[in-house]
Amino acid sequence: MIRDLPSLEFQSVSRIFSGGARALNDVSFSIPAGGLTAVIGPSGCGKTTLLRMAAGLDRATTGSVKFIGQDGNVHSRASENLSVCFQDARLLPWRNVTDNVALPLELAGVSRDERSARAKQVIEAAGLSSAQARLPAQLSGGMRMRVALARTLVTSPDVLLLDEPCSAVDEFTRIQLDEEIRRVWQVSGATTMLITHSVSEAVWLADQIVVMSMGSIHEIRKVALPRNARDRASSAFLLEVETVMRSLARAAGVLVA
Amino acid sequence: MMSVMKFFRLMVAPVTAVAFMLVAWQIAVMMSGVSAYLLPSPWAIAQTMWASSDRLIGGAIQTAMAATIGFVVASVIGILGGSMIAAIPFLRRSLYPLATILQMVPLVAVAPLLVIWLGFGLPTAIAAAAVVAVFPVLAATIDGQVSVDPGLRELFLLHGASGWTRWRKLDLPASIPAIVTGLRIAAGLAVIGAIVGEFVSGYGGNAPLGIVIMTAMREARTDLVFAAIALSAVVGFSLFGAVSCLGWFLVHRWHASSVNSLEQSK
Repeated sequence: MIRDLPSLEFQSVSRIFSGGARALNDVSFSIPAGGLTAVIGPSGCGKTTLLRMAAGLDRATTGSVKFIGQDGNVHSRASENLSVCFQDARLLPWRNVTDNVALPLELAGVSRDERSARAKQVIEAAGLSSAQARLPAQLSGGMRMRVALARTLVTSPDVLLLDEPCSAVDEFTRIQLDEEIRRVWQVSGATTMLITHSVSEAVWLADQIVVMSMGSIHEIRKVALPRNARDRASSAFLLEVETVMRSLARAAGVLVA
Repeated sequence: MMSVMKFFRLMVAPVTAVAFMLVAWQIAVMMSGVSAYLLPSPWAIAQTMWASSDRLIGGAIQTAMAATIGFVVASVIGILGGSMIAAIPFLRRSLYPLATILQMVPLVAVAPLLVIWLGFGLPTAIAAAAVVAVFPVLAATIDGQVSVDPGLRELFLLHGASGWTRWRKLDLPASIPAIVTGLRIAAGLAVIGAIVGEFVSGYGGNAPLGIVIMTAMREARTDLVFAAIALSAVVGFSLFGAVSCLGWFLVHRWHASSVNSLEQSK
């Protein structure tokens, strides 16, 4: 079966909360089918609100969020095979790793045997086989996030929404998780939106970076480096990071170019 | 082997405290010469317990039965009612305040009504136990289910889970620690409720502990009153212990309360 991966389009999206606070102001950008776009910006700039809209957990006050198939048809959110990984792992504390990973399949009514087999598959691929019988309380923060990432893969999603999955881990674990995110994206082939605070993470993982500030888009830039040339220690990589960093600083009003 | 050692280590402090209290009581009675009618010694109570063991054990079984059935009824009503109230905001606004007001009505005032409705005997004792035990379970269930991590609820929403599925797979298991706390409180209250129910609905045959206490009071048998009180405490403690064991079995592997209490006991 050929997958009809959708592109994800934000069209003039604004969001005003009931108290009158404006979280997003006329935001428009597109994530191409199968692409990985990182959205970065200071805290409170509306990144997570954007992701929640794509997930169907929040609604735009004006504008729209659309999944557009390769035939040009607009898909409904309900028909989209979509997975979300949140900042916190959101694991059920009374379930072991296997049962947590299999949860989306269980809620979709997949039979016990099939979900066990598929959960086992993604757990093995994530290198978590030795921990499959453990409870979340018996795992480190980094391992819990890896379980959450494995859970996003178990449904073979077409759209992957990652909301700062590395925000609560140390730098060493972050690098390991970045590898895992790249693997998850490559395995799933999904259209992926990554919310992050880390510029180096965005440059390392994304094809496109959306820099946001105070609810608006400050800059959209393609990452110039080819994927196979993204060595975190290389001068080209560091130069790209610095360029995005400057853009972010300008967005935050710290640096006047 | 380790868990047996741990059990004994946990038991040392409470057993020592009870032993100390009994010895101090015995010495105080012997030294003061207080009349046995006012305050019998622990030794005298123990002798009475032995001498009246048939009557007391029969009564304890009756009371335990009333308290246990009342407790189970209260648990079912409390958990199901609490789940519904937690799930439906209108019920939370309308029924919860009503339940709070009703639980403030003293049981001794309600017990005669139960006799009018249910007659003398076991049903009234069961109903009294259920009436007094239901509110802690109801309140704990509501509290546990409205406090479920909103992030986990979002996860279920995202995967299109129905309300029923979410209740079975998230709300109920997540609120078990809170429900167990409510059940522990209810276990003790159910015994109190059963005895109050027996006070007002006394019946013949194997007289329950409530009737033993009332009869012994009228016969000026203070030692027997104390013996019956001790037995009712044993009944309450057994029910409380059973609920605590069940709670431990359900949550000890994943909930912080069990992990923390084990850490503290080290």
